[in-house]
Amino acid sequence: MSRSLNIALLGNPNTGKTSVFNRLTGLTQKVGNYPGITVEKKEGICKLNRTTKAHLIDLPGTYSLNASSMDESVVIELLLNKNSKDFPDVAVVVADVENLKRNLLLFTQVKDLGIPTLLVINMADQMKRKGITLDLKLLEKRLDTKIALVSTRENQGLDQLKALLLNYRKLSTKPTIDLSTIDKPYFENLKVTFPNQQLYKLWLVITQDVNFAKIDRKRVSDATNFKTQSESELKRLQQKETVKRYQFINEILKEGLLIDRDSATDLRSRLDRILIHKFWGYIIFFLILMTVFQSIFDWSSIPQDFIDTSFAALSEYAKTNLPEGVFTSLLAEGIIPGLGGIIIFIPQIAFLFFFISILEETGYMSRVVFLMDRGLRRFGLSGKSVIPLISGTACAIPAVMATRNIENWKERLITILVTPFTTCSARLPVYAILIALVIPQGSFLGLNYQGLMLMFLYLVGFGMALISAWILSKTLKINSKSYFVVEMPNYKLPLLKNVGITVWEKTRTFVTEAGKIILAISILLWVMASYGPGKDFSEAESIVTELYSDLEGEALSNKINAYQLEHSYIGILGKAIEPAISPLGYDWKIGIALISSFAAREVFVGTLATIYSVESDAEETIKNRMASEVRANGQPLFNLASGISLMLFYAFAMQCMSTLAIVKKETNSWKWPMVQLFGMSLLAYIVAFSTYQILA
Amino acid sequence: MIPLDQLALGEKAEIEQIETDFLPLKLIEMGCLPGNSISLIQKAPFSDPLYLKIDESHLAIRKETAQHIFVRLIK
Repeated sequence: MSRSLNIALLGNPNTGKTSVFNRLTGLTQKVGNYPGITVEKKEGICKLNRTTKAHLIDLPGTYSLNASSMDESVVIELLLNKNSKDFPDVAVVVADVENLKRNLLLFTQVKDLGIPTLLVINMADQMKRKGITLDLKLLEKRLDTKIALVSTRENQGLDQLKALLLNYRKLSTKPTIDLSTIDKPYFENLKVTFPNQQLYKLWLVITQDVNFAKIDRKRVSDATNFKTQSESELKRLQQKETVKRYQFINEILKEGLLIDRDSATDLRSRLDRILIHKFWGYIIFFLILMTVFQSIFDWSSIPQDFIDTSFAALSEYAKTNLPEGVFTSLLAEGIIPGLGGIIIFIPQIAFLFFFISILEETGYMSRVVFLMDRGLRRFGLSGKSVIPLISGTACAIPAVMATRNIENWKERLITILVTPFTTCSARLPVYAILIALVIPQGSFLGLNYQGLMLMFLYLVGFGMALISAWILSKTLKINSKSYFVVEMPNYKLPLLKNVGITVWEKTRTFVTEAGKIILAISILLWVMASYGPGKDFSEAESIVTELYSDLEGEALSNKINAYQLEHSYIGILGKAIEPAISPLGYDWKIGIALISSFAAREVFVGTLATIYSVESDAEETIKNRMASEVRANGQPLFNLASGISLMLFYAFAMQCMSTLAIVKKETNSWKWPMVQLFGMSLLAYIVAFSTYQILA
Repeated sequence: MIPLDQLALGEKAEIEQIETDFLPLKLIEMGCLPGNSISLIQKAPFSDPLYLKIDESHLAIRKETAQHIFVRLIK
């Protein structure tokens, strides 16, 4: 008979907890969200033996059970809620061999909740190099648990871990420290009032602001009466508790852990000397960014061209080989171009997440936070805003979520508000196709114009993020305590498996999430473009034949299609907004693409593809089709002025429903997403207008 | 006894006193407690933030936080 048990993985950030999770679950994992909040929930299945399957949850990294962020409160909420279907049968605390002392703090807290708790000491491969010796027998005895010594890098110790997990029932659930010794009268009183409750659990409920599941809240609500203590008094008790825990840990480690400092080689200080140097540190950071952006553009262009031409061919194939009818036309003119518009993103997104996850895995990102804090604070941001601003180049959604570890609310809010200015990957296809159309080939000092234009757009995005952050910091009246604590982890070679899983996960999520919207919109667009009211649409053929009696063959049928499109529902809508956008240099077809882009920017290319393929029967790539569009005066529609105006519009406008939704969730109000939607879009209009008027 | 932000690069000290109300609990939990050793590894431009080794943790904090930690130099 097969059994299943719940396992929760806990641990400080940078301990390789996620590597342990990846080793145990591989690609069985799935990423979702905790209900109601946007904290990422990673789950996976691990086969412990032939009959036992384990359901693993990789909880967000936390230094202790005293939550200071939303991510961390998820951990406590789960551990305190016995009724949750995810409540662990056994908790695994992952510790890094080099920071054992600090990692054990979390271990003692988890164990004190009365949950069977197992200790994993990771990075065992580092022990020799760092001159570390452990007395595992003694540690197991004194910590009253079982320990698995693991190296995720060398794939060692995981079988032992699985064996220990199978025997989790034998783990002791006795608390490690006696809380009542911290403040006798206070805790004795607590014990008397709630004789049936775990003392540490009560204490956590009193000190944390956690949203408990209803049942639990009722049970412990009386405990909140103990909040009569002042906040600073509670904090003093928490400090005493921390001291108490460290005393317990230090005594154990004095005997169980031996570090021979002489044999330790120090990669950290050597690398730090260069990477966070007052001058060279910034140069290196800038060079890294340059390399990343250049390679994203260069490397992805080959697969993207391939995808672009393949989808044009596929659409043509469907048209010629399937029986004619509504379905075929929906497939060939709506769904296939729409899908192509999603697939074309994959190379760029994958490369971006590849680089970002390498920067994070190596420990370099924390150095960037350190380098940039002072400078960014001038604009009302935090050093920690660097991570959202850089991840924003992939997608604003994870970037907005990455603001969570910014402790100061004002700095966090400003970061959330300005992050959508950074050039996300959804803007890339828009830029890529427009740059290819309007920026000439050629090079300046060995850098090609098209690459420079792309770089300029990235800089414009960052620049606008900083300027608006500065304005917001001067205008927003929010007082909040400024706490800034960043761990500087050891430098590590990135684990390829971790990078691979991140790239796979993020790309997959993006494609399915964005894909749904894009697909829905391209179908809607096709319907609106394929039907229209009145005679102009239904009798287009006879009207056009009469008007242009000298035309025949392909020229005639193109004219008919164009006439029909103009009088379809979408044509009517586009014509209606044309007066507003023609001063920016756009025609009504771009107007349609612009409107549909408010759902998601990446829809732009797909929309044009759908409109054009409804209009023309010829097999052509989107780019060629765009290049042949002309204005009434015979000039190409996409020229330098209209192209740059359009790119700047996309650089500044808030065109992403998903981002608005996530900002609403994170700020808990519609006010801020609305500020973004109207503020950014107005700015975009003004900038695009002035650009076109000056250049044209 | 001097405030932490006056520690010079490379100097070793011991934490003597902390003003709990002005420090995040997280910092205390990472080992910023009286009696623990502390040293300044690196300063960012304008001496802010500070890159410290506290006990066995490597971390960065801002100058304004460091002013609430008092240390005694160890020869």
